[in-house]
Parts: sequence; C-alpha cells; structure tokens
Amino acid sequence: MDLLRELHDFLENNKDKDDILYRNEAADPPSKRIRLENTEEGTEDLNQNGALQHTLVVNDGNAAPENLTLTVCNVCLGVLQEFCEADFVKKVCQNVNSAEYEFTSFVFSVSLPPQLSVREHAAWLLVKQEMGKQGLSLAKDDIVQLKEAYKWIIHPLFSEELGVPADGKSLFDVSVVFAHPETDEDCHFLATAHPDCFKPAKKKQSVFTRMAVIKALEKIKEEDFRKHFPCPPNAPKNFCTVVEIQCTNSAIFVAGRYNKYSRNLPQTPWIIDGKRKLESSVEELISEHLMTEFKADSFNFSSSGREDVDVRTLGKGRPFTIELVNPHRVQFTAEEMKGLQQKINSSSDKIQVRDLQLVTREAIGHMKKGEQEKTKTYSALIWTDKSIQKEDIAFLDDVKELKLDQKTPLRVLHRRPLAVRTRVIHTMTSEYIDEHHFRLNLKTQAGTYIKEFVHGDFGRTKPNIGSLMNTTADILELDVESVDVDWPPALDN
Amino acid sequence: MAAVPGVTERYFTRWYKTDVGQPREDYCILQHSNRICVITLAESHPVLQKGKTIKNINYQVTAHCSRLQNKVSGKSKRGAQFLTALAPLCRISCSDGEEYTIHSCIRGRLMEVNENLLNNPAILQEKPSTEGYIAVVLPKFEESKIVTQGLLTREEYEGILLHRLNSSS
Repeated sequence: MDLLRELHDFLENNKDKDDILYRNEAADPPSKRIRLENTEEGTEDLNQNGALQHTLVVNDGNAAPENLTLTVCNVCLGVLQEFCEADFVKKVCQNVNSAEYEFTSFVFSVSLPPQLSVREHAAWLLVKQEMGKQGLSLAKDDIVQLKEAYKWIIHPLFSEELGVPADGKSLFDVSVVFAHPETDEDCHFLATAHPDCFKPAKKKQSVFTRMAVIKALEKIKEEDFRKHFPCPPNAPKNFCTVVEIQCTNSAIFVAGRYNKYSRNLPQTPWIIDGKRKLESSVEELISEHLMTEFKADSFNFSSSGREDVDVRTLGKGRPFTIELVNPHRVQFTAEEMKGLQQKINSSSDKIQVRDLQLVTREAIGHMKKGEQEKTKTYSALIWTDKSIQKEDIAFLDDVKELKLDQKTPLRVLHRRPLAVRTRVIHTMTSEYIDEHHFRLNLKTQAGTYIKEFVHGDFGRTKPNIGSLMNTTADILELDVESVDVDWPPALDN
Repeated sequence: MAAVPGVTERYFTRWYKTDVGQPREDYCILQHSNRICVITLAESHPVLQKGKTIKNINYQVTAHCSRLQNKVSGKSKRGAQFLTALAPLCRISCSDGEEYTIHSCIRGRLMEVNENLLNNPAILQEKPSTEGYIAVVLPKFEESKIVTQGLLTREEYEGILLHRLNSSS
C-alpha cells in the first residue's frame, strides 16, 4: 500500500521527478518493476506508472498547479488524472449508496476504452527503445498495466468511502465504464494489419473490442505498429468520460419443494396473444414474495420436472430452485427463511412450499440430474368403456418393469421433436371403484407420459391400459404422489 | 357412451370434408388445440361400410414417393413431406376389387402415417377415429387458422348426409 499512497501524494503535490524515481525504487508492490535510469527523455518516459508522465508534461510547460493547466495525458487519457480524485470517488459512492444494496465487501471493475491498450503499447515500445540504448531489456509484462495502477490508487479510496474492504471474490460489483470517443479511431489501423483478430460486430457494438485489440497488439510487429501509430501518441483534447456507473450483486439461489393443490394452475404464466389464459402460475406464487424480500430485479424459476395444469403434486412435493437476479438484500438467517416460507404458505392455498433454503449455483445441477434419473409415483383415476369387475384389474398388481414405447404425444408434438421413447413402469397397484372406474397407483421411470399410457394417444403409446385390458380407457384425474429426489436437504420445519 | 367427454372431445375439434376426389369419400379431420391435425375417415366413407374387407394398404403413392419414407427431425420438423389438400396419403385395396385413394384434405407437413394399419388393416374399420387414424399433419404456423376454411362442422356434415339420403329416395 506504500506505493499507492505515494502515487496519490504525488498526484496531489506534484513532486519533481528525481524524488519520484527514488520513491519508486523503494516502493513495495508491484513485484515486477524495472529500474528507470534515464529520465531525460521528456514525454517518452512513460508507463512505469502514468504519474511519471504527468510530471514531465507539466514541467515542460510551466510549473503551474495541476488543475489549471494540466493537459490530458496522451497515454492514460486522463484516467490517472481526473479519475483518481476524491470528487470522483464521492460521486461514484453516492451512486452506490443511493442504489441501496446490502454488501460487506466490493469488487471494482473498470472498463477502459480499447485505444488505451494501443497507447500503452506505444509507450512501452518507446521505453523499450530507450532501455535498449542502455543495453537493458524491457518485456511487456515488466510494465505495470494502467488498469492495475488505477485500481491500486482507487481501491483504498473507495474502501474508505464505502466503509467495506475491496475483495476480488466479492459478490458485490461496482463497475465504471469509461469512453473516449475522440480517439476511438486509434484502433482502426489494427484491423487492416490483422483482420483475423476482429470478428463481425454484433448489433450496435463496435468491432474494436478490448480483447480483439489486445490480440492484434500481441501479433503486430514493432515496425508495422510504428508505421501506423505515432510514438509517443498524440495528445488528445479531452479527458475520458464516464459512460456508466453500475452496481450489481451476484445472483442468489433459493431452493425448496412445492406442493400443488389446484387443478387449474400452470407452472409458468400462460399467455397467448398478450392475453392471460389462466390466472397466476406456480412460479409466480412462489417467487412473488421472494422478489419483494430480496429486492431482486428478476427471477429464473427451475424445477425437477413439472406437471400439467390439471395435475396436483402431493406428498413431499417437487424440488425447485429460484435464481434471484441482482438482489439488493443478501443476508438471511434460517429464521428469516422460515418466516418467508410461512408467508408464502399463508398467502395461497393453491401451492405450499417446504424446506425453503439458500443454496449454491451448483445445486441446480443436482436437481436437474434428478429430473432424468429419479423415479416418480402417481395416482390416476381411470374410466373404462367396458364394464369391469375386481378380478379384471387384479393382474395389474403383478406387472413389473413394463416397457412402453411412447411416440411423442400429439398434445406436445407441435413443440417437441417426433421420436419414440422407451420408458419403464416399475410397479402398479389397483383399487377397484365401480364397473367403469378404478384407481391406479404407478411407480415409473422419469419422463414417462402417464396420461398417454392410460388412453393410448391414438395407439401411439404401446402398450397402454386400453390394450392391456382390451377396452377403451380414459384418465379422469392424475396426481403426482412423489418425486423421488432427495434434494434439497429436508429441514425440520 | 362415456360419462365424461373422451380424449377426442376434450382436446380436438371435429371438421369434415365430403366427396373428396370421388363421391361419398368423406373424411373427418381432428384438429388439436395446438393446431396438429389427425386425418381419419368419416363414418360415411365407403371403406367403413358393412361388408367391406380391406385387402391391402399401400403407402407408395408415386414411383418416387412412399409415405413410409417420411423422416422428420428436430423441433421444426425438417425433412417432412409437404402435403397439399389433394395429396395422396395411401391407397386402400378391398377384397371386392375396389380401390380408394386416401387424401390429406389439408395443407401441411406430414408428421407420420399410421404404420399400425400395415400389420392390422382391420383396425381402420374397428376404430377409425382413434387407433385406426390415417395420418398426422402439422399445418404451417401462418396457416393454422385458415387451414380449416372450407371444412364442414359436424352439423353441416350431418346436413349433407341427410341430403344424400333424401335425394336417393
């Protein structure tokens, strides 16, 4: 941190260059440094840190204080000048605080205009040249990058103003985007020299992305570069401007299991031609309260499989996760989660949730695995055309590992590929009701279409209850009794 | 009779087309709410009349085109044979020497023909509206509303049957 303080002091006090040299040699970070022996090259002496450059520029003119005659640095375009000031920091922090986020640390991301990389490159070539005259070599990664230097200066300033430490792993991101339209064309010569580095532009974005420019700079030969770009670079008229200051919190994941007690509720909102076909949905009823409590921008609902509008989910319910995007509130105790769960449960009788808890992003993988691998059990109310007696359905109890060939059901064929799926019904038990009705409990492989197994779907699911019992059969009611996935962990509430 | 409406009644709308190609060759098109259509023979079609025995059902409709070769891939159903309303789906030969060409009746992509009819042609006569279906056709999305223009409702169909009965007496 010594160097940072020193750099900062320098910017404010405008010390002369010999002093700076001495300090630089004594400073601790960065680990990679060079010894600058020759400093009489005027504006060619660059990039050990941009600060050095500024001294020279100012001294070449008159020794007047920075704020009156400070010209725009031709390497950093003002980033290390204007944007290390307390005013700037205060302005950004005002933005951050007014956004009302809950955070215990922050990570600062800065986006610099790509032409800065070009200018840094030019500066490096010049210093390398001078070093070469002394018989010293200077590799590009011996140089401290502008972005790094900027962050060294600005982190403690932000830290102090926000009252929390800077942490690379923080979930709370403060991002500032700079632009310098005046020099955007600096990069253009690279596209002519190395067109293969540049991909066609997407929508309104420029072809000259930072990554593409850096790639081209790595490839371009020194002679070619110096042919097209002045070393040292031209001095611009204006400073960089801040285009965007944005705060985002990483997404938070909430998991649980839901029961569905309505036969008139879709999983996701059912809207056709802008009109809602059915009121509400499973995901909205669960997410509504979470969105409010976590103060998130949006959510993504995901579950281990799903059921039709007219099917109930009983038993322990179906596992689900909700990704809350850019939550403003992130700290929740187990008690508070319990309270949230109760809130959700008391606000609707169509769904109920249990085991509501915070989980990691990896958790979603667990849940989706379950969708394909785990068994489900169902209870179906079946009608038969022919009149039946108890004996007629007894054989179903003995059927084990029944293999079905199911063509894509007609009811989903408009949005699914046409295929034949082999699925297994592991066990069944039947309960006689009357001459035309019985209840069937089934344990099946994941992905089995139960309704089609009962009514046959025009004979496209074989075998089916109708073919097994030599009659026409139909399904009147279906309930999911269990989804055999042991995740998320059960909580004792 | 079912106490509650069956699968067909719950999810499909019945449309009819009469005298397709030949007099009295009538069809019933079952249109699902998701716009998929199942082509079936109407109960008045000659093949479904008493005394007719089906000898053979042939899906090779031209020298170069067999409906059995229809291969559909992906969600957008690429590779499907495209059908116009009069496109032939198959030819049915009966034991009395009569031959009937079965037509698509609607424009769209052919999803599948009912291969069960090859092994068990009788099912066409036993369960013409369910297991004995002829083919499944997916109309173009843009045409899904107009595809049933020119088709008859159940009432209109029954009206035609009545008319035939009266004019023959």
